[in-house]
Amino acid sequence: MLLTRTLEEKLVSLYRGGLITGGVYIGKGQEAVSVACGLFLQKGDILAPLIRDQAGRSAFGEPLLDVTRTYLGSRQGPMRGRDGNIHRGRPRDNQLAMISHLGAMVSVTVGALMAKRFRGEKNFVGLSCIGEGGMQTGAFHEGMNIAAVEQVPLVVVATNNHYAYSTPNDREFACHDLVDRAMGYGFEGYTVDGTDLTNCLDVIGGAVKRARAGRPPQLVVASILRLSGHGEHDDASYVTDEIKREPFARDCVKVAEQTIVDLNLADAETLAEWRRDAAAQVDQAISTAQKEAAPEGDEEDWCAISTRDIVDSLE
Amino acid sequence: MSITYLEAIREAQAKLLRDDERVFIYGQDVGGTFGGAFKATKGLAKEFPGRVLNTPISEDAMVGTAIGAAINGMRPIVEMQFADFSSTALNQILNNAGTHYWRTNVSVPITVRLPSGGTKGSGPFHSQSMESIYAHYPGLIVMTPATVEDAYTMLIEAVAIDDPVVYCEHKYLYYHLKADNLPVEGLPTGRARIAREGRDLTIVTYSAMLHEALAVAEQLVNEGFEIEVVDLRSVKPLDTNTVLASVARTGRLLCVGESFPWGGATAEIIARVSAEGFHLLDAAPQRLNAKDTPIPYHPNLWSAHRPNAKEIARKARALLRE
Repeated sequence: MLLTRTLEEKLVSLYRGGLITGGVYIGKGQEAVSVACGLFLQKGDILAPLIRDQAGRSAFGEPLLDVTRTYLGSRQGPMRGRDGNIHRGRPRDNQLAMISHLGAMVSVTVGALMAKRFRGEKNFVGLSCIGEGGMQTGAFHEGMNIAAVEQVPLVVVATNNHYAYSTPNDREFACHDLVDRAMGYGFEGYTVDGTDLTNCLDVIGGAVKRARAGRPPQLVVASILRLSGHGEHDDASYVTDEIKREPFARDCVKVAEQTIVDLNLADAETLAEWRRDAAAQVDQAISTAQKEAAPEGDEEDWCAISTRDIVDSLE
Repeated sequence: MSITYLEAIREAQAKLLRDDERVFIYGQDVGGTFGGAFKATKGLAKEFPGRVLNTPISEDAMVGTAIGAAINGMRPIVEMQFADFSSTALNQILNNAGTHYWRTNVSVPITVRLPSGGTKGSGPFHSQSMESIYAHYPGLIVMTPATVEDAYTMLIEAVAIDDPVVYCEHKYLYYHLKADNLPVEGLPTGRARIAREGRDLTIVTYSAMLHEALAVAEQLVNEGFEIEVVDLRSVKPLDTNTVLASVARTGRLLCVGESFPWGGATAEIIARVSAEGFHLLDAAPQRLNAKDTPIPYHPNLWSAHRPNAKEIARKARALLRE
């Protein structure tokens, strides 16, 4: 969580300084939910993160360099300049690379799990992230339904951050509670206070455990407030003062730090050391990526398929 | 022995399931004892238990699931019940499968079978030819087999290819077309075939329109014309070299396709020949497609909507007189 917060604050300042082209999309306020999504996955499990899941990506093993190389346009990053920011992934390492079209990655996760089952693998699970905005797409509904039909070991973690870009919940859906949909899909459903790391670890950890044990697919709906714009180009002026006073508007990083202090898990000096360590890791990843060469149009091979001998000879 | 175009597709899938344990078939009504709306998978669920799977009516999720399985080592074949319904899966096919290798360096070996094209009485939503839409987007291979032999070998090739393949099989040919036996090997993907040799005019076509074009070529022999007919086999990759070589022999080009007329495969061929072989042409290149309306239900309207032998012959004669 702390590493993600530190990293993303730094990415924001680079963006503001004009050093990042395109957008910067951060998970401020969502770190507790997201980190819990990554922490309980093991090697061989599948993670399909979305745009606010830096904490989950890092917890699942994404190197910081993948992030900084992609944002800063290094040709050595996993996307080699061909795609940017949060669209990165390493499918060979079970880190799926999201597309911007929301809901699409749920069924892709289902298929990845089916492949493992076809091959006779055991003890695996997949976790697919979504927001309350993405939950309103047709692709999401189709993906949830097919997951239940296939009875794959899937956890879907849906974070309601109360805005789809600028649109508040009351123009997004009209059901009483998003978790009620779980029953309709054939999932088991749980809610979680996304501002409380302990609660996130319990509920998301429990869902991963149940899916791994062969229970039906699991839906966890977390409630938070997005503590940033949709992207860093967005000042989020539409977020009302009223909603900022809601309990779900708490900053999960501050809540976690307070819990650590209250329970005497670490003293102030240790916390400060963690912050210094996070900052050092982030600085290192950024300075490495900044020294690397950018991709060049005349060196790119401009070939969208892997079967080189049947490429169309288009000029 | 006589085998139909549809049986060739079924036989190819049986062979694929038999020879490659990574292959599974995923689609609406393909499993159980039913074997698909057109019976292209009849008997396969029984012969290959657990590998020919019925899906919900969820084209997007069917393809998404196939993509996930493919990047994890499987070779899924998705059957769309009708090509028309693949429009509901465009996002997964174009934006996910089509971009994946370019973005991540991991290819997506899925094959999406599209029962394509018109038959009498099928109307606007069960008759479409979608090859030009898929060919427009990067990252996809688009096959349009016109013969029983190609239906068989190209489907086997489609599954072997590491990239996403949209395999457009023509419903009109399912039962109309027969061959004596199935070949062991076909032409390589991306190679067009001279279906009939000639010297006066080149007709470039693919899928069911091949047979209309061949009928016209036969008919115009009586008028003293020798028409060369090129069967593209795949619209992407498009074998520009074979087309140019044919136009070099004949000096005249007519492109025929069953899809809608705005843009598309026929326009692409004319653009390429005009750009690369302008000096070869003795007359302005022409093309013939379906009309720019939805596909009509009534047989009288339907047969006038698609290019037919009469229309192709009219267009060919006009071009030959120039």
